[in-house]
Amino acid sequence: MNKQKKTGLESDEWDALKAYTDARIALGKTGVSIPLRESLRFRLAHAHAKDAVYSRLNIASLEDDLAPTGLPICAVHSQAENRDTYLQRPDLGRLLDEPSAKRLQGLNSTPADISLIVADGLSATAIHKNAVLVVNLLVEQVRRAGYSLAPVVLVEQGRVAITDAIGALLQPRLAILLVGERPGLSSFDSMGAYITYAPQPGLTDERRNCLSNIREQGLTPIMAVNKLMYIIETAFRLKLTGVELKDNGGLAAGEVPKELE
Amino acid sequence: MGYSCTIGHFTYRFADLKTILAKASPLRSGDGLAGLVADSYEERVAAQIALADVPLTQFLNETVIPYETDDVTRLIIDTHDAAALATISHFTVGDLRDWLLSDDADTAALRALSPGLTPEMVSAVSKLMRNQELILVAKKIQVVTRFRNTIGLPGHLSVRLQPNHPTDDAKGIAASIIDGLLYGSGDAMIGINPATDSPATTARLLHMLDDVRERFAIPTQNCVLSHITTTLELINQQVPVDLIFQSIAGTQQANASFGVTLPLLQEAYEAGLSLKRGTLGNNLMYFETGQGSALSSGGHHGVDQQTCEVRAYAVTRHYNPFLVNSVVGFIGPEYLFDGKQIIRAGLEDHFCGKLMGLPMGMDICYTNHAQADQDDMDTLLTLLGVAGVNFIMGVPGADDIMLHYQSTSFHDALYLRRVLGLRPAPEFEEWLLRQGIIDNQGNRLSGGLQKQLYAALLPA
Repeated sequence: MNKQKKTGLESDEWDALKAYTDARIALGKTGVSIPLRESLRFRLAHAHAKDAVYSRLNIASLEDDLAPTGLPICAVHSQAENRDTYLQRPDLGRLLDEPSAKRLQGLNSTPADISLIVADGLSATAIHKNAVLVVNLLVEQVRRAGYSLAPVVLVEQGRVAITDAIGALLQPRLAILLVGERPGLSSFDSMGAYITYAPQPGLTDERRNCLSNIREQGLTPIMAVNKLMYIIETAFRLKLTGVELKDNGGLAAGEVPKELE
Repeated sequence: MGYSCTIGHFTYRFADLKTILAKASPLRSGDGLAGLVADSYEERVAAQIALADVPLTQFLNETVIPYETDDVTRLIIDTHDAAALATISHFTVGDLRDWLLSDDADTAALRALSPGLTPEMVSAVSKLMRNQELILVAKKIQVVTRFRNTIGLPGHLSVRLQPNHPTDDAKGIAASIIDGLLYGSGDAMIGINPATDSPATTARLLHMLDDVRERFAIPTQNCVLSHITTTLELINQQVPVDLIFQSIAGTQQANASFGVTLPLLQEAYEAGLSLKRGTLGNNLMYFETGQGSALSSGGHHGVDQQTCEVRAYAVTRHYNPFLVNSVVGFIGPEYLFDGKQIIRAGLEDHFCGKLMGLPMGMDICYTNHAQADQDDMDTLLTLLGVAGVNFIMGVPGADDIMLHYQSTSFHDALYLRRVLGLRPAPEFEEWLLRQGIIDNQGNRLSGGLQKQLYAALLPA
C-alpha cells in the first residue's frame, strides 16, 4: 500500500529570499506552527551551543599539543569552582584561586615581552578547535620578531579580566588572551583574542583590543595571527592598547562582549 | 527606621527599606552577585512578612537612593501624585496586595491609582504576589497607545518585527521584513537593531523602512534602535524618524553609563513631537529596559535589581511612551540564571509596568549560557498572553543572527493569537486582510496574492 501522507505541511513561496540572509526565514508551516524539520534543526544548534558552554578544557591534551613551542606551560584555575558558579559569578572568573597564584609565583620567571594565556571562557570547544594552531603560529612569528615569551598559562573557568590577575604576577609588557566566546546558534566554536598592554588589576575593557569570531569559517587562525602581529607591533610602538590603538586592520577596540567581561 | 519579623525565637532585623526589599525578593542570581539576597529561605519569608506591614506612606518618607544624589529619585518624589493615592494612603503593602486582587480594583480604579504609586511601592507589592496574581492584576489594566495604529486594546496582541542582520545588509533585512509581514507580524513596529551605531547606516535603514511603509501603505511605525543622540542628530537632518528609542535604567548612574540624562530624554521627546508623524496619536517613545542593568553598570546602590527595574519604568512614564519593552532574558545568567528566574522576572516586569501605567511588552528571550530553552519561552509567552501583554518580538525562527540570542518567532505570535483568540492591531489587521495575507479568521493565506508584495518589497 502506498498512502500519500497528508501532514498539512506547507512551504513558503518566498523560499528564494533565503539567498539574502542566514536568518531563519521561509520556514513553512503546519497550521500556524513551525515544521518539525525546522524545529529539530533549531534544537540541534541549541544543543551544540549548550554542549559548548559546558565543555571542559582538556589540560593534558593542550599541554601535549603546545609542547612544540618549547615554552613552559602552567595550568591554573579561577576562583569559580565549577561552571554554574562561573556563569553566575563573573567576578570570581576574573580572579586566580590561591594554589594557582602560588604556582605562578613559583615559576620565578623573569618578566617577558609577551604572555600567552588560553582560557576556556564560554566555550572550551572553541579553544580545542582553534587555540593550538593560533598559539603555535603566533609563537613562531613572535620569536622571529625578537620578542621574549613568558610561560603559557592555561586557565579553567576564566574570564577576560583574569589577564590582569595573571599580568600582576608574571609582569609581561603585553598579554594575549585566547578565550572561548559565548556560543551562538550559528557558531559554537568561535574564539576571541584580547590584547592588553601592561596588564594589571583594575584595568577596564576599553584598555584592550579584541579580535572576534576566530574559527575556520570566520576569521581563520592564519588571518588572526597576522592581525595579532599587527596589534602587537603597534602596541609596543605606542605603549598602549585599547580605544587609542585605532582600527586599521578591522579590529575592534574596547568592545568586550558583556558576557565575557 | 528599622524593620523586623520574629519567627519562633529569632528576630530578623532589616536596617532599611532597600534591605527589606532585597531580602524579600524571590531568588535570582543578580541579587546574589550583588550580595543582597536573603541568607535562608526563612529569612526571605520573614522579610516578606515584615514588608507586608510597611505603610505605603513610608515609601514617600524613606528613599532607597538619596534624593540629593540621584535624579531618578528626585523625579519619583517631585512628581508623585498624592491625590491619586489618597483613597488608599492608609494602606500597608500587604493591604495593597489584597486590594489589587479584589473586585473593587477594576480597570478604572487601577488607572486612577497609577500616578499615586511610586516604583518602590509597586516593586514591594509584586514581591508579595504569586505568579498567578501578577497575571490576574495585570490583566485588569489596559494601556492603549497610538501612533499610526492602536496598540494595547483588549483582545489584541501586537508584534515588533525585528529583522536584524549582522552587517545591516539592506536585502538581508528586507528578506526578514517580508517574511514577517507575510506571517502577520509588524504591527507594533518594524524595529531594527543596527549592527553599528553609525549615523549614516541608521539613516540609510530609516529611509529604507520609510520607503517600504509608504509604498505599501502599511499602518505601522518604524524604528532603528540607535543611541538617542544619533537619532536626535538624524531628526535635525530630516531623516524620517517615527519612534525614538533608548535603553534606560532606574538610577542616574546607570543611565549615565547608557549615555543618557533626563533632560536629554526630554529634548528627544520634544524633537519627536515636533515632527508630527503620528497619524492617530502622539505616543512616540520606545524604551527598552531589563533587570540587572543597574548592577551591570555599577550603579545599583545596594538596591535589588527588580526595584531598580521598576524605577526605570518611573522614568519612562514621563514621556508618554508608545511601547516599553523589558528585554527580560537578554542580560545573561549572572542576573537571571534559568527559565524559572526568567519567567518570574518577566511576569513581575509586565505587572509592574502595567501598574505604573505603561504599555508593556516583552522580549521573551534567553542566551545560550542561561539554563533556559524554547520550552521556557513558550511558557512565559503563554503566561504573558493570558496576562494581556501589549506586544512581543517577532524574530525569524526565534533566532537573532545579529544579537546572538533567542527570542520569539512569527510562528510563536500566530500560536498565541490562535490559542487565546487575540488579533493584531485593528488598522494593521485590516491591511493584512486587504493584502490577502490573512483571512478574517486570522489564518495565513497561501496563494499568488503575496507574490507581488514580496517581489516589489525586495530592493533592487
